[in-house]
Order: sequence, then C-alpha cells, then structure tokens
Amino acid sequence: MINFPILSSLILLPSIGALFLFFTGSNKENSITVKYVSLFTSLVNFFLSVYLWILFDQSTSEFQFIEDKIWIEGFINYKVGIDGISILFIILTTFITPLCIISVNNSIKNRLREFLIAVLIMESFMIGVFCSLDLVVFYLFFEAGLIPMFLIIGIWGGSKRVYSAFKFFLFTLLGSVLMLVAIISIYWISGTTDVVQLYELGIDVKYQNLLWLAFFSSFAVKTPMWPVHTWLPDAHVEAPTAGSVLLAAILLKMAGYGFIRFSLGLFPVASEIFTPLIYFLSVIAIIFTSFIALMQEDMKKLIAYSSVAHMGFVTLGIFTIQQQGIEGSIIQMISHGLVSAALFLCVGVVYDRMHSRLIETYGGIVSIIPKYSVLFMLFTLAALGLPGTSGFVGEFLILMAAFKDNFLVAVIASLGVIIGAAYMLWLYKRVVFGKLVNSDLKQMVDLNKSELFILSCLAIPTLFFGFYPEPLINTIEVSIGDLIKVYNMNVTGN
Amino acid sequence: MEISIIALPLVASIISGFFGKLIGDRISEIVTSLLVTISAIFSALVLYEVIVNQYQDNIIIATWISSGSLDVNWSMKIDALSAIMLVVVTSVSSLVHIYSIGYMSHDPHKPRFMAYLSLFTFAMLMLVTSDNFIQLFFGWEGVGLCSYFLIGFWFKKDTANTAAIKAFIVNRVGDFGFALGIFLIFYLFGTVNYSEVFDLIPTIIDKNLIFLGIEVKAIDLICLLLFVGAMGKSAQILLHTWLPDAMEGPTPVSALIHAATMVTAGVFLVVRCSPIYEYSELALNVITVIGMATAFFAATVALVQTDIKKIIAYSTCSQLGYMFFATGVGAYNVAMFHLFTHAFFKALLFLGSGSVIHAFKDEQNINNMGGVWKKLPYTYGLMIIGTLALTGFPFLSGFYSKDAIIEFAYLRGNTVGYYAAGIGIFTAFLTSIYSWRLIFKTFHGEYKNKDIKIEETHESPFVMIIPLILLAVGAIFAGYTFKELFIGYEGINNFWQNSIFFLKPLSTEHPPFWFLILTPILVILSIPIAYYLFVKNKDLPDQIANVNKPLYQFLLNKWYFDELYDTLFVKPSKNLGLFLWKFFDIKLIDGFGPDGISALIKKCSLKANKFQSGFIYQYAFVMLLGFSALLTFLIVR
Repeated sequence: MINFPILSSLILLPSIGALFLFFTGSNKENSITVKYVSLFTSLVNFFLSVYLWILFDQSTSEFQFIEDKIWIEGFINYKVGIDGISILFIILTTFITPLCIISVNNSIKNRLREFLIAVLIMESFMIGVFCSLDLVVFYLFFEAGLIPMFLIIGIWGGSKRVYSAFKFFLFTLLGSVLMLVAIISIYWISGTTDVVQLYELGIDVKYQNLLWLAFFSSFAVKTPMWPVHTWLPDAHVEAPTAGSVLLAAILLKMAGYGFIRFSLGLFPVASEIFTPLIYFLSVIAIIFTSFIALMQEDMKKLIAYSSVAHMGFVTLGIFTIQQQGIEGSIIQMISHGLVSAALFLCVGVVYDRMHSRLIETYGGIVSIIPKYSVLFMLFTLAALGLPGTSGFVGEFLILMAAFKDNFLVAVIASLGVIIGAAYMLWLYKRVVFGKLVNSDLKQMVDLNKSELFILSCLAIPTLFFGFYPEPLINTIEVSIGDLIKVYNMNVTGN
Repeated sequence: MEISIIALPLVASIISGFFGKLIGDRISEIVTSLLVTISAIFSALVLYEVIVNQYQDNIIIATWISSGSLDVNWSMKIDALSAIMLVVVTSVSSLVHIYSIGYMSHDPHKPRFMAYLSLFTFAMLMLVTSDNFIQLFFGWEGVGLCSYFLIGFWFKKDTANTAAIKAFIVNRVGDFGFALGIFLIFYLFGTVNYSEVFDLIPTIIDKNLIFLGIEVKAIDLICLLLFVGAMGKSAQILLHTWLPDAMEGPTPVSALIHAATMVTAGVFLVVRCSPIYEYSELALNVITVIGMATAFFAATVALVQTDIKKIIAYSTCSQLGYMFFATGVGAYNVAMFHLFTHAFFKALLFLGSGSVIHAFKDEQNINNMGGVWKKLPYTYGLMIIGTLALTGFPFLSGFYSKDAIIEFAYLRGNTVGYYAAGIGIFTAFLTSIYSWRLIFKTFHGEYKNKDIKIEETHESPFVMIIPLILLAVGAIFAGYTFKELFIGYEGINNFWQNSIFFLKPLSTEHPPFWFLILTPILVILSIPIAYYLFVKNKDLPDQIANVNKPLYQFLLNKWYFDELYDTLFVKPSKNLGLFLWKFFDIKLIDGFGPDGISALIKKCSLKANKFQSGFIYQYAFVMLLGFSALLTFLIVR
C-alpha cells in the first residue's frame, strides 16, 4: 500500500474522468450520464483525499507520499509530495469540486459535457499545484489552471464575458511570465528546481530580492492583492455560478499557498525585507475594498470585493511569520473557500430564479424562501467573522499575530472587521428582509433538494471548524512550526 | 449540573428553532420555557452553594483553539461573580420566556422567537461563565447577534431592520476596541486566561508602550481598550445610539436583553477585570466620567421623550451609567448590587410597559394614553412598584443599591468622586421626575387615544401578569435581602472571595447624615412635583418647553448624536466607497492598467499601420534613418 502512488492518482483521476467524458457523445440524452460520471470521479477523488488525510502523519514536517520520476534528465523531475501546509488545500479542492458538479444542474444550460470536462481538468491542475515539489512542475500546473478558468468565463459567462476573460488572462499572465523567468534563474543559480533540495541548499541572498519580487508579481495578481485586484470582480460577475465557486474557493488559494511554500520557504531574507510592503498592500486591500463593497449594487461584485478584503487578511497573516498568523491564514483560506463558495451559490440560487444579480431587485424574500434565508444568514455571519464560525478563528488569529508585530497595522486591519459587518448585513437586509415590493418575487420557490444539500455540506464544516478548529490546526501545526524555525534561522544567520 | 445550566437553553433553542414547525407553537413555547426554568433553578442551587460553602470551580469542557502559545478552552468558571450573573440571567430569562407566551400570542413566528430568546440565554451564559477572554468574546458577539435577530424580529418593518443593523455595527465598534484589548493582553502576557493574566498584572504596572505614536502605560491602555468594548455593549455615551433604536424589537426582548442582561455585560466585564482596573487610576477616572456623563445625559433625554419604551430605554442607559461610575470609584460589589436589583425592576418596568402596549393594541406614545389605571389595575400597581424601586424610594431595592453608589462615590474622597456623587444625586432627582411623568401620563389624566375606545383596553392575561408579580417581589425585597451579602462586611469578607479584587479596601466610614437623607428626600419630593406638572397643571411643561425652545429641541433630538454620526461617519463612508470604486479602481487602476494598455496597443498598431503606406521612398527613408542611427551609435561608443 505504501508504494501506491496516491498523489498521482489524485491528480490523474479527474483527468481520466474528463477523458472518458470526451469520448461520450455530446448529444442531449447523455447529459445525465455525463453528470454522473463526473460526479462519481470527483467523489472518488474526495474519498481518496480523505483517506490521504487519515494516513497523513501530523507529527512531522517532512514531505510525505513523495513520488519522484525523472522527466527530463538532469533538469526536471516530476516530483510530488505533501506536508501539513498542502494537504488541507487538496482536501478543499476535492471537497468543492463535487459540490460544483452537483450545482451545474441549475445554472449550465448548454454544452454541459464540455463544462464538466473543464471543471475536472481544473481539479487535476489544482491538486497538482498543491502537491508539486518541483518548481517547473508547479509552474506548469499553476499556469495550466488558468486555461479551464479562462474557458469557463469566456464560453459560459454573461454578456461581457470576453472582456472579463481577457482581463483575467492578461493580469494573471503578466505576473506569471516573471515567475517563469525567476524559476529559470533559480535553475541557473542553484542547479536544481527540486523544492526539497532548494530548501536544504538555500538560495544565495544576493539574488533573493529579485526572485522574491518575480514570484510576488505572480502571486499578488492571483491572490488578488491591491492594486492588481480589479480583474476579480469582473471575472466573478461574468462567470457562471460554478465558475465563481471554483475561482473563489480554490483558484485564489494557490497564491496564498505559494506565498507560504515559496516566498517564505525559498527567500526568507527577502521576505523579511519586503514584509512592510505586504503589510501595506494588505491593509490597503482590507480597508479600500471593504469600503468599495459597501457601495456595490451587484451582489456578485459585492462578494468579490469582500473576497479581496478577506485575502488581504490572509497575506497579512502569512507575513507576520508567527505560528498564530500563518495558521490563521490557512484557516482563513479554508474558511473563505467554504464561505465564499456558499455565498456565490446563494447568489446563484436567486439568479437562477429571477435572472438578476442586482440587489434592488430583491427584498422581503424571507417569508417566500425561508430555508434559503436561514442558510444565507449563516454564511453572511461567517463572512463577517462571527465567533462560532470558521471565519472568526482565522481572522482573530491573524489579527492577534499582526498585533504582536505592528500595532498600527493590526488596528487598521481590525477596522476592516467593522466595515465587513456593515456591508454584509446591509446586503442581507436589502435582499432578504424588508417589505416585498417586487411582486415577481412571489413566484420564487425555496431551495430544491440538491441546492439544500450543497449549502448544508458547506454549512456543516463552517460551523464545526468554528467551534472546534483543532483538526485543522493539528494538521498544520508542526509543518508551520518548522517552517518558522528555519525561516528565523535563515534571517538571523545571514 | 453546572454544564446543563448552559446546555439546556441551547437545547431549547435547537428544538424550537429547527423543529418548531414539527412540534407546533404551543409545545415549542412550553419546551423552551421549561428548559430555561430548569436552568434557572440549577443556577439558584449553584448560587446557594457559593454563598453557603464558598463553592468555586473551573470546569474545562473542551479545547477550542490551541495555536502555538495560544490556548483557549470552552470552559465554565464558577465563582461568586458568575453565580450572581447566572441567577440574574436565567431567572429573568425564564420569566421573559413565560411572559412571551402571552405577549406574542398573535404572532405567526412564535417558535422562531422562542428559539432566539433561548439562544440569547445560551450566549449570555457563555459570556458570564468564561474563564478566558476569547470565550468571553464569543459570548459577547453571540449576544450581539441574538440582539440583532430580535431587534429585527419584525423583518417587514424597515425601521426594525435598520435598528438591528445599527445595533450590530455600533457594537462592532465597541468590539473593535475590545478585540484590540485582547490582542494587547496576549501580546503582553502570552495568555488569555483570566487567572494567568491576573497573576501577571503586577509585573507590568510600570511598563510603557508606544501605541500609535503616543506613549502610554500598558495597563492604562488595556483597561481603556476593554472599556471601549464595555461602552458599546452597555450603551454608554458616544456608543449609546443603538439602544433607543433597539426598542423596535418586541417588548419582552427589551426587558431581557436591553435592560436586565446583555447591556449589563459591560459592567460585568469591568468587574471581572477588577484585578486589572485596580492598577489603572486613569482608566477608573475615565470610567467614572463616562458613567456619570451617561447617567446625566440619558436622564435629560428621557425627560422629554414620548415613546413609552424609549423613556425606559434611556432610563436603562442612565442606570448603566450609575453602575459604571460605581466601578469607576472602585466599588465593584456595589455596581454588581445595582446590576442585580436593576435587573428586577427594569425588567418589571419593561414588561409592564409591554402590558400597557398590549392593552392599547400596539400604541407606544404616552400622549395617546392616560386615564386607564382602573382598567389595568394589576399593570398599574406593578408599574408603580417598578417605578418606586427605580427611583430609589426608601426601602425598595433601588434605594439600597443606588444610594450605596452615591455614598461610595462620595467616600472615594477625590474630585472625580465628589463630582460623581453630585451628579448622581441630581440624576436621581431627574430619574424620579421622568419616571413619574411616564406613570402619570400613561395611567392618569383623561383618556386621549383616538383609535380605540377605553372600553376596548383590557388587562393582560395571567401568563403575562404572573412573571410581573414575581419580578415585583424581586423589585421590593432584593435590595433589603441581599444588601449584607453584596455590600456588607459579610460579603466582602466571605462571599466575593477572589472574584473581585480590591487594591485598597473600600472605605468603611459613613458619609454625613444630611448626605444620606438628601437623595431619599429629593426622590419623595419629586412625586408631588411630577403630579403637579403632569396631572394638575398640564400646561406648565408645555410653557417651559416653549420658553426654552432650543433646549427642548436639543433634548428631544437626543443631543443630535444620530445626526452628528450620520454626517461624520455614515455618509462619508458611503462617499469614500463610491470614490474608491469609481475613481481608484475603474479610472486609475483599470484606466492605466488593462484598459489603458489595450488602448495603447491599439493606438500603436494604428500608428504602425500608417508605416505600411506602400511608398518606396518612405521605406527607404526609414532604412536610411536607422542605418545612420546605428552608425552614430557605433562611432560614439
């Protein structure tokens, strides 16, 4: 069993499912088969990843389940492996994907087969991102992930889909080119792109700053950090619901993961130097986008802007380089993965019924669709970081760590929590409460079985990890502890 | 048994909230009321154990967050302070549950209402029994959430929704300070557990910090930050604006949350942290000043309001001010005593006013009432008891606790203390005037309601009157019975143990006799004065208002706080949001970023197009130009 290539299976399975779909006919009658095949594939993958979590040894920060195959002799090895930092992201990916597949019932009307192929392939790439231990392999997965997303927005998107797709592509590609250059330079400098070896060798301090900046330019766009965040609201608004869910829940997490794994791991000295820059941009992101979210008229845009603010907390937490800060960031990312996915699904639910994302269309729907209102409320509260939801644990740990490092940063970031409550509650009030003015809303039907199932699946971990985040913390604790130790040794040693 | 005190309300809430439709209205009401009542009985047993056997315990239920050096448990700390709070919360809560069965009898969403009430009780119990600051914060935000739900319970009313959001956001402003306080504690001590923090306090009394460019004593900063949280929750001046608006919620909610329990959480916090506050002279003085300012401000506003619930809300605000200045002068036990007695008489007044509102079919303006004291004999009598207790009429419960606060302020012996005592006496007089104004305008004079006939007003059912009677018993006897326990020698020596910390023992002297009788005399005198003003010579108050128009308007508009905040915070926030969005994001970032670049490329390609003109001489000219440039470059190099 120990030799069973579990990580490669996780990466390959969805692609095999996609390949299978490719060979089924594209006629309408097949749509149910197509759905079940993809659902089955993603579920198998999910259970496999849970099994991986059970096998996973929490007591060490060494990479586990390593697979190492020579790909290009002397240059690139296909090397994958996981530690405490990556495993939760893999589970998040395999958990969100089947939910996405269930949700397409209501939102994707044509070319279902192609859509599901894109989703499955994306799952493959995302898992690849989170477990690759070679920079080139990482880069390939990282960039390849763009393509299915680009297609999802460009083909199944709304009326301005082409503009949004290109904006998304331009922004993300721009940063990535620099990262590619940096990876090639690392090969010239150190003679390897193997992450494990690079961790041991370390990278010469005189190159670190430039390399850090190159990686940063790619991660910053993907996070997204202020001021390169403007692609996100547009991409979300145009993307179909399932696309938004994948984008918010998983795609945005690649950068956060990248910061921890590569920026902190490979360039500790540069990270130390650039921490003020990250703090500055994070705080700006939290405050600016929170204010912007307050004034949005489009529900999806509002949630997209709130995502930018939440990711601002994540980057802030990572660069505190403290146990609480980084753990908080990872929990915040997992929580944001669940909550933002749920919020986009909530918008999708009313959009499917009324074909409008504008807040002013709604109002007073609580008595018409009560189940929906309850679940939407829960996720609203999780988004504003109410204690007892997973949103609180992450945010609080991050702010706690930031406060130890810099009072001013923590104070300003905490202000974002106030505005966060304002825009989320105001959104909820305008959509759900109040008098029923628009009489078309009376036709709305409450959540159907699959919608209820999906939202409940997201609600349960949101609450559970709010009251008991220990399973998450225990998984990441040792890896982060050792990461910080090595980081501090490098910074003080030089 | 201890854990079931907390667990039962949660179970009640889950049953009623999720299965309310299944089990029906009546069963949800009975189940929730019953479980909370059992919880109240257990709480009383715990308090008995604490009084008789000095019982103390710290029960760890489970781990919550353990990250690095941070260790937070779900816990239950039982000592004198939390036992008192347990009894106050569960007993008032169970009475309010029972009262609600009658009050909400016409509402279609009864199970939901009961579920919120029980959930609130659970959150409040988590707050008071915590052994660390983070669980305290959990309860703190939890009660805020339930308050948000309950204020906005009638979700079709736009005002109710707005008030609910306002309550939540203003509280978040307070919580912002509170959270920073917790961060600072963790930063300084590396722990958030009360006992460990309190033990370490003496080690940092001389420590200074640079906070946002200002050098402050660490201890002062902790105290002030925590106090910001307390101000938000307890509606102290500057952060009080949400409380009067919160009266949009159903009246039982106002009684439970906005009078007896949640709003006293701030006082509880300061008392719980007495081992910290005792070392910070500055913070104590700030608390005294804020407390007395609130007491005075709210009393003046209450004088002119016409909404029966808003008058009582401002009265609550004012009484909370008293509690704070009691803690500010170091008399924590006296503050707790007033908190305890206030819970009974203020819940009584609110539920009584609910009974009045019920009788008038949802009329709340006291100008549209009057002359019904014979029609509502129980409500009238019970409201009189509540009013007597609130104003501090001799030998009722408010007399013991409020006068004790004024006395201890006087005995503090410093300038702030004397001021506080003076303002306390004057405010007690104002309290008495506005309270009797409410009684006289509501029950006496002629009947002024145009919508329903006097014959149609009716006394409330017994399910509503019985909780009122029980509260009235508390309002009469709680002061006399528990006086010795809370503020006597017995209490300080045996009861409080280490749940309250005094750096220097409280003064045991007595103030001069004239001082002792001053407040009671004013309080008794105020009854005929109010009777003259509001029943006998009813034109006089109007004349006074007409002569002092600006002052009257100032008070009527609640010192213009809402308008001020609207111009200072709400509108600028919206404008800033629009500006950042339309100008920064769209014009600047996108304008110079992707859109700008794509426009630039378009422009360039258009220019480049022009080069392909097809004229040989143009091509030749450009070639020549390039060649000569290259040549020059090579030569110059």
